[in-house]
Formats: sequence, structure tokens, C-alpha cells
Amino acid sequence: MSSYIPTIGLEVHCELKSNSKNFSSSKNGEGVVNSNLSVVDIGYPGILPVVNKEAVRKSLMVALALNCEIVEKLSFDRKNYYYPDLPKGYQITQFANPIGINGYVIINVDGSERKITIHDTHLEEDTANMDHLETYSLIDYNRAGIPLLETVSDPCMHSSKEAIAYLETLRNIFLYLDASDAKADMGQIRVDINVSLQREDENKLGTRVEIKNINSFATVKEVIEVEIKRQQEILESGGKIEQETRRYDEVNKKTVFMRGKVDAIDYKYYREPNIPEIKITEEFIKKIKKDMPTLEYERKRKYINDYGISFIDAATLTKDKKLSDYFEDIISYGCQPKDTSNIIVGFLLGYLNKNDKGISSINIASKDFSDVIKMMTDGKISNKQLKDIFTKSLDEDKNILEIAKMTGNQISDRKQIREIIKEVFNDNSKIIEDYKNGKNVKGFIMGLIMKKTAGKVNPSLTNEILAEELEKL
Amino acid sequence: MTNKLIDEIRSSLDNGEIDSHMLFEEAVTKAKEYQKEYNCFVTILDEKQEENGNSILRGIPYALKDNISTKGILTTASSNILKDYIPLYDATVYKKLKEAGAVLMGKTTLDELAMGGTGTTCHTGIVRNPWDKRRMIGGSSAGSAACVALGIVPFSIGSDTGDSIRKPAAYGGVVGYKPTYGRVSRYGLFAFASSLDHVGVFARSVKDVCYVMDVIKGHDDKDMTSLVDHDGVYIDNINRSVCGKKLFYIKEAIDIDSNSGELKKIIDNFNTTIEKCRELGMIVEEVSFRKDLLEAIYPAYMCISCAEATSNNSNLTGIAFGNRVDGHSINDIMIKTRTKGFSELIKRRFVLGSYVLQKENQEKLFLNAGRIRRLIVDKMNELFKNYDGLIMPSIGEIAPFFDKDSDRLSDEYLILGNHLVIGNFGGFPSISIPSGFVDKMPVSVNITGRAREDALVLNIANKLEEVLGYRGLVKENE
Repeated sequence: MSSYIPTIGLEVHCELKSNSKNFSSSKNGEGVVNSNLSVVDIGYPGILPVVNKEAVRKSLMVALALNCEIVEKLSFDRKNYYYPDLPKGYQITQFANPIGINGYVIINVDGSERKITIHDTHLEEDTANMDHLETYSLIDYNRAGIPLLETVSDPCMHSSKEAIAYLETLRNIFLYLDASDAKADMGQIRVDINVSLQREDENKLGTRVEIKNINSFATVKEVIEVEIKRQQEILESGGKIEQETRRYDEVNKKTVFMRGKVDAIDYKYYREPNIPEIKITEEFIKKIKKDMPTLEYERKRKYINDYGISFIDAATLTKDKKLSDYFEDIISYGCQPKDTSNIIVGFLLGYLNKNDKGISSINIASKDFSDVIKMMTDGKISNKQLKDIFTKSLDEDKNILEIAKMTGNQISDRKQIREIIKEVFNDNSKIIEDYKNGKNVKGFIMGLIMKKTAGKVNPSLTNEILAEELEKL
Repeated sequence: MTNKLIDEIRSSLDNGEIDSHMLFEEAVTKAKEYQKEYNCFVTILDEKQEENGNSILRGIPYALKDNISTKGILTTASSNILKDYIPLYDATVYKKLKEAGAVLMGKTTLDELAMGGTGTTCHTGIVRNPWDKRRMIGGSSAGSAACVALGIVPFSIGSDTGDSIRKPAAYGGVVGYKPTYGRVSRYGLFAFASSLDHVGVFARSVKDVCYVMDVIKGHDDKDMTSLVDHDGVYIDNINRSVCGKKLFYIKEAIDIDSNSGELKKIIDNFNTTIEKCRELGMIVEEVSFRKDLLEAIYPAYMCISCAEATSNNSNLTGIAFGNRVDGHSINDIMIKTRTKGFSELIKRRFVLGSYVLQKENQEKLFLNAGRIRRLIVDKMNELFKNYDGLIMPSIGEIAPFFDKDSDRLSDEYLILGNHLVIGNFGGFPSISIPSGFVDKMPVSVNITGRAREDALVLNIANKLEEVLGYRGLVKENE
């Protein structure tokens, strides 16, 4: 029995953030049912589309982030089909000339990098939302016309793990660019999956099956695994895979037949005549590039190569743009990147995790953060004190610098420390004897000093002076 | 008074002989009087709206084709599927006329959804020709042409996708103007074929067309295909000398061997007309045009317009608006609504449009039709390098009798029956003005010019109108 290699391609639909809809001036955002709509969104007779420049700008950003070739002249097409969630009876999309083609992203799977090639990314409009009840259906047009960017990968992934890594990378691109909130639970990101199985000893891709409209990454993983298994079982029992479209039955955890190849819809695509071609100028692209933040992948490279941060910490820091921005803000005040990373990854994230908090709940200005780190690197506070300061500040939501000042009110004067050490020596002649007899008493003496001063002496400095004084004995 | 030209009405208004209420009443009374015989209107307004704007059109009544969106006023496109549809918004052209103080008095009958050239496919019945009730006025802007010809209003607004303003204008003895594509916003015009659709004007003189055009033209943020206005005030340019302007006509269209006495008379009239052009100092030359291209105009037009129409009218499902017919499922509702809502002729065009857009036919039919369009437009643009305009008989026949079926391809293909589409293919400004009579029916000459050069076309037409002597033509019945 031969084994099979699965091949997976994904079509990801992501709602873009913008003030207004893709082709009308009504609001793109939350609102009570059927409140964000205009005559254009309902497709009343005589309406015309007007392209949303902001949606185009965001799409271009994403296309650039996906390393795509950018279309020279922007144009749109109509995809014609009848369904009540499509008020005009056609969707305005980009069929002939997608905004970006032939791109790629680098994903990370179990610590190694893979290149996922992108067939194209194109701008279109979302449909209305429908609820089908027993004897009637409800339509909410708020969603109708929201700009939607569809990114089509090549069939080049071979496991659910890769697919998920790709989706996470893609989502992060949207988040980094602030092009979308990309919340799957809000339906802002939706995925069509195609899966085919190829015999290991054959050189040809198998017949592809498409599974439509999956709303969460966890389900994507499930669907891929379930579908691979289904196809494998068919092939192993000598059956044949039919080219078809399926949907996922979440209750029974299986994919279900929707329509076969012969029932494929002819969408009768043709050029949208109401939108003239729009030339995408080099200046426009230049300006967009200038406005684009450094993305996850590039930041990660920089952290590793320039800052000497470990791969895993760099990955953690860049996984969330807010965190990465915070980190960069802090080091911009002159902190050591590696120390900063250690504190954030090694301590802060653990704290947040333990307390079930997000990065946005941290109320510490990056400048204050950097000042506290500097106190530690200057030896004014110990590592333990630093953690205590952070914990106290976060627990009690108090200004960290004030807490640090109180803690940092420590004895750092060399002369003063030397005198304290001498006093301790005088009070504990027995221990000095032990020392002279070769016993290691340094730690014990440190403890005595701390006790005497209620922990107020600067530990590293005290350690140093103590060594000197012991040497003198 | 509503049968007069705008200048005259304006001065009567300004010197207080009449007021806008009287004018409105006069128009409405006439409209009602003629309604049974001619069926110009789908809706005649009962009450005059307050006019607020200010322009030469202030207080002057006019009519809009019933495929132009008017907030709160029934707009049916003369189709059963929209027979109770009351729009929620104003078309830009209506808004501009309102802001200019013009007074809407009615919505005019058209061929269902503006598809058709006869004025016989309206859901409320046929529209008749004021010059002979046994004859068609032509369409699709049937009512808009007839109400101006009858002197009900001094001007009206129509739409033109193939020849839907210029043909009924020719049959009805009025001036019909289709401007450059994008010159007048299409926002609010019910789309038939978006790449060919134009909003335009009917009036009884070129000057009156200019008055209206100066109000309705201009860029509109709501229509991305609308043009930025760089071409001045038309009315200021219509009296310039046209001496030295060069026109051409298409040899293959005129040089025909036909037994039809009517056609011969029309061509005689045309020859007289070009003589008048020459008297004005214009140069008129005969130019040869590829005959196969000319013969491909109609099939190419049908492919493109039906394809776009199928898509444009896919919104008419009865779901969010329109006359819904109940069904056992959502699909069933849409199917029944459309089955009941459209006439056979419309369905035939939708089937055709759907067919040419199908994946397996698109290349051969839809895209090739687009290539034919491009070849014709390229040829025209090349000719426009040497010539200021194309002059042709508007159409090779007088208004036909009602028994003639004109929505089928006839055996005899008349270039003169289809050349007006060239204006839509290229978005060229194109005007038809009365040039005389044949068998007691009006005939008409058409001038088509370079895209964006509306001012020049209107200038030539005005000077020609002056020497032809049919300015202000009205057919008022007893």
C-alpha cells in the first residue's frame, strides 16, 4: 500500500478596516441591524459604485507585504449570480486583474522556515448577512459592501500545521498593517480550503476538493485533517475522488457534499463598466511603502541578527505587534535590547499569562519602563527588586517610577557600605574566625548585612566591597 | 405658453405675464388632455413643487423619463416589476434641475426598462406619434419625445443607449441630444447597458438644449465615469461661425440601391441639408467606411447591451424592493417575481445577454462584440482628426406604422437604421434636429462629433437649424 501526500491551498477572505464601505459612503463598522446602509448597498435601480480609496490603499499595503507584483491599472469585474444576500445580483470583484499577483510569505513551522507562494490577492465587496429561520429568512445589509480582500495561495501546503502557520502569518500581516481587525469570531476572516491527495509514487496532483466558508482557524485545522482522512479512505479502498465543493458539518465533524463539477456556477465575469481604470502611480506606491510599518518577519530577523535575541524570544516578541511596538519603544530610550527582551519575555509575559491579562492592560509608559530597566543595569536595584517593582505596579496599578524610587532608596555609597561591613565584622567575631579557618562565610555575612540594613544596601556593590574587606583580613 | 421656446417663456415669466403655477397648470392640463390618445406619461404630478433654485429654467415645467430616480415619486421604468416602486433618492440630473428651479410636471413612458426602440412595450400601453396616431413615436424615450413634440413642455429628459433619444426625436420632429459619455451624471438613471447609457435632452431648439445642458452637465462624485467640466457654457458658443468646419458622411450608408420611395426622399432631404451646410461655409465630404464593420453594428450592439442589461437588472428580484411574487423558497420567490414581472421581449434580451456572457461563448460573442466596437471607434477617431463631425440622416425611414415589428433582425440590413449606435460605442456627442418632411412626417439630420466636444456639435447644429427653418416645431392637435 502506497501512502499519500496531501496538498492544500487556501482562499482567505478578510474584511478590511475603513470608514466607509467599498463602493458606497455608508459606514463600515458595528451597528444595529440594517443601520449601516444606503441605496447603493441595497442595489436600488440607478445606483453607481464609487471606489473607496482607503480600501485600495490598504489592499495595496497587504499586496506589498505579500511580496506581490502590483497591478498597473486597477480595474474591477462583476461576478454574476442570484442570491438574496447579493442585492445587486452581482458582486464587484477583481477577476481579470487582481491588485496583486505572484507573491509569497515566509512561514515558520516547528522552527524551520517555509515559503508559501501566493497566486493573487484581490479586492471585492462582502455580501449581506442572512439568517434562515423555519418559515422565513432575515437579511442584514450592514455587511453588504464591506471591503473584502481575498488572498489565494497556491496549492503548496502539505499539512494542517503548515496551513495554520500560514493563516497566522497572514493574519499578522493584516494586524501589523492595521488593514483589518481580522477577528475570525466576528466573521472578519473566512477561509475556503482546497485539499487534494497525491500518491507518493506519482508525479501528479490529485483531484481537488473545495470546502467552503470556514470561520475559525481551529476549524480549518479540523477540516483539513478530516478531509485528508476521507480522501485517503476512498483512495485506499480503490475509489476515485470527485472534483466537488463541500461544506463542513461541525456537529458530526465531517465534510458534506454541496455541488459537483457539473453543477459549477458560471459566474459570467465581465468588466465592471461603471468604474474606469485607475492608474496606480509609482508615487502612490512609494507613499504607501513609506507609511508601512516594519512587518513581523523583518522585525524578527532584526531582533535575532542585530540584538542577539534568541529565535524563540524574537518570535514571541513579534507575534503581537503591540508587544513588539512596546519593546521597540522601550529600547528607543537607550535600554539594552537583550535585557529588555529578557524582562518582557521572561517575566512580563508570564505575569500577564498568570493573571489572564493582555498587553494592552499594561499601564506603564515605555519611558518609565526603560528608566526602571536602567536602574537595574546601573546596579541601583537588583533583578529581584525589579520584578517586585513590576509586580507591585501591575497588581496595584500604581506608577512604577514612584515604586521604584522607594525601592531604589538604597544605600549605594561605598564609604557607608564599608562602615556597615566593618560593624558587622565587629559584631560577629566568631564568623571572622571561621573565615580565617578557611570556611566560606561570604553568603552568610551578606545575609547579616541585609538583615542589619533591612535590605537597603545595593547588593552588587556590597558584594564587591565585602570581597575586598574579607581579602584585607 | 408651454409650447413656446425657453427664451419666450422666460421673458413672459420675468415681465409678469404668467407665473410658474400657471405654466405648471397648463402643462398638466395639456398632458391630461393628450394622455388617452398618446400615453406620454406614467405619472402626471398633481401638485407643483416649490421651485427654489435660480437659473433661466426657473419656474419652467419639464418632464423626466420614468427610468430616472425621483425620491417619493413613482418610478416604474414602464415595467410591471417596478409598477409600484417609489425611490428613496434623487438622480443627479433631477437634483440639478431642481436646484436650477425647473419644475417637474411628469414622468414619461418608455419601452420597458428602456430596452426597445418602438414605444410599444410599456406596461401602460403604447405611445403614439403626434404627427400621425397610427405611427410609432419610437423609443425608448417615447413619452419624452412625444410630450415635447406636442408642446406639453418645452423640454424633457431622456436616456439613450443605442439611439433612444435621437430616434424618437427624429420621428417626432424635435431636437434630441445625447451628450458625450460622462458629460451628464448617470447616477439615478436605471441602468440598461452602463457602458452605453447616456442621459440627454429633448427640446424644440438647439438653443433650448444648451440651456438645459448647461444646468445638468458636470462632474458628479457619485458617478466615477462622469467628466470634469472643462468645456465652458454651451449657450455662449452656439452662434460662432461654422465657416470652414469639416463634416463627412458615410458613403456606404447613403449610396444605396433601394426601391423605397420613402428612403429616396429621405436621402434627397439629406442632400438638401448638406447643401445648406455648404452655404454656411462648411465643407462636407463623402468618406468610405468598412461595410462589414457597419453591418456588424447591430449584432455587436445587441451582444454588449443585452449582456450588460442581464447583469444590471439582476437586482430586480422582489427581495428588497419591487413587486414580489410569493413562492415556497427564496429562489422560488425570485424566479416567480422575474417571470411575472418582465415581458417576453425583455426575457428574450436577458436570455441573449446571458448566453453571450457564458464562459464558452464569451470570447466569441461578448468579447468579439467589444472588439468590433473598438474598431469602429478607432476608425471614427481617426476620421475625427480630419473632420469636425459626422453628418447623416438620423434614420432611413419615417416613423413606422404600429404593425411593424422592429425588434428582430430584418432581412434587409439598413446602415441608416443603426448608425446612431456609433455615438454610444464611442461616447460621442450626437444630436438629431428636424430637417424637413417626407410624406407629412418629420425627418431629421444627425451630427455626431468628437468626444468631449459637445460645444462644437451644438454650435454646428444651431447654425444648421437656423438655415433649415424648423426651430420651435410643434405638432399641436385640435
